[in-house]
Amino acid sequence: MNWTAIGAIYRFEMARFFRTLLQSFLSPVLSTSLYFVVFGSAIGSRIQEVDGIEYGAFIVPGLIMLSVMTQGISNASFGIYFPKFIGTIYELLSAPINFLEIVLGYVGAAASKALFIGVVILGTAALFVDLPVAHPLAMVLFLVLTCLSFSLLGFIIGIWARSFEQLQLVPLLVVTPLVFLGGAFYSISMLPPIWQKITLFNPVVYLISGFRWSFFGEADVPVLISLLAIGGFTMACMGVIWWIFKTGWRIRS
Amino acid sequence: MSSILSIKNLRKAYDDGFEALKSVDLEIEPGEILALLGPNGAGKTTLISTICGITTPTSGSVHVGGHDIITEFRAARNLIGLVPQEINLEPFETVMNSVRFSRGLFGKPRNDALIEEILKKLSLWDKRTSKIMELSGGMKRRVLIAKALSHEPQVLFLDEPTAGVDVELRKDMWDIVAELKAQGVTIILTTHYIEEAEAIADRIGVIRRGEILLVEGKDALMARMGQKQLEVQLSAPLDAVPEALSPFDLRLGADGAALIYSYDSTQERTGITGLLNAVAEAGLVVSDVQTRQSSLEEIFVGLVAEDAA
Repeated sequence: MNWTAIGAIYRFEMARFFRTLLQSFLSPVLSTSLYFVVFGSAIGSRIQEVDGIEYGAFIVPGLIMLSVMTQGISNASFGIYFPKFIGTIYELLSAPINFLEIVLGYVGAAASKALFIGVVILGTAALFVDLPVAHPLAMVLFLVLTCLSFSLLGFIIGIWARSFEQLQLVPLLVVTPLVFLGGAFYSISMLPPIWQKITLFNPVVYLISGFRWSFFGEADVPVLISLLAIGGFTMACMGVIWWIFKTGWRIRS
Repeated sequence: MSSILSIKNLRKAYDDGFEALKSVDLEIEPGEILALLGPNGAGKTTLISTICGITTPTSGSVHVGGHDIITEFRAARNLIGLVPQEINLEPFETVMNSVRFSRGLFGKPRNDALIEEILKKLSLWDKRTSKIMELSGGMKRRVLIAKALSHEPQVLFLDEPTAGVDVELRKDMWDIVAELKAQGVTIILTTHYIEEAEAIADRIGVIRRGEILLVEGKDALMARMGQKQLEVQLSAPLDAVPEALSPFDLRLGADGAALIYSYDSTQERTGITGLLNAVAEAGLVVSDVQTRQSSLEEIFVGLVAEDAA
């Protein structure tokens, strides 16, 4: 394993993040605050509690998940798409490194950035609401696995995309709707019975439910299933990446 | 001596059926400079891309320093530095970080003293903290070279290194190539500029439509293919070549003030004595005589045209 090369890619990608640290830090703080103002105060004043949890606190895990997923995807997809776009990919392809090392460098950096933003949102939320963490280890596990798996997904999107428009397509058309419909801002038990069934086909439901359980000890679906879902999703993404690298799909002519 | 680069039956065909390389064989000795000449679309860049790992070969084998580029890609690529034809650089990064990144990618530990030396040699040291996007085109090309040299390659590929660069950079580039050769680095360069190949290469390869037409020592190639010309300058211009001189197949040059005679210097009888006698007999007054070796460019044009015929 060429750890020096992995470190070089990781540092190079993180440098991009640190160049815009203020934006990287301020934008999640601002958007989280806005969510609290709109959802927490305006809607929360009418809903009060969900499953015995104060509404403002109830939405925090969903908010963190929403940001972590979209950040993971956009960071990783941009990270690998940009070298393809400007042509610097030649350096990666001609270096004495294998694809696993390239993935570790890019996905590691993208997941780190997503994790950083998740922690910033958590910190900001803690300023607004009382936030107990019932299962800290599980919370960290869910958070890290989500950062990782969605960065892997982003990496796949970045390899697949042939334009900046395509890069935006999956986050906008797939991920954001799935998160909004995945119980980020409500409990599934609040839905009509038929929608409770349909919503179980949404994979994000399992992630948000499991993550929320790690805070409040309350879950929409069994925690083990949530863990299996995120684990399975991570494995599926790894499988696709393994295939991409084996075949050189859209990278090597 | 065993070859540093050994290419056997290398073929590259794309999905649409286009055959970019047709059974290329090439052996390159350590420390030599090989110039690959060829028109646009001849397969020069495909050949380099395949050796460097950017393009997957369809069949055949390539060994670099004895290492197969597929099964021992790490060992093979460790030896290779590549300066691509296009200026492909991350615009927002600084020169220093960009070069450090390249070294890191090759798994080499950080060595700022070496990077400093490379940047100074390429007149980039003053620009080390500048972002790439702030540099001129020529400077960017220097950065590409610095990146390729950052991991101390044994084999350096320069793909059209002087396309569109100014005279000063071209001169610098030739100096760097000479210095690297002195250090024992093997250099393969592709070029459109025949004078470049003529100035720095040890051997010349001519590639056309995915096939290597010939690989030969530059001097031997020029001696073998090179026509010499004798220019007889006259004190008074002529309207036409005199009838008496027609067996020599002469051309008029310099607005009629010179007779140009082409001959093969490798032949025992060049015909020069006969020509000079005939010129004197025709009553022409000679003011000066000079000979000229045909350039590689003329040889190249002749070769490609011959092959196309």
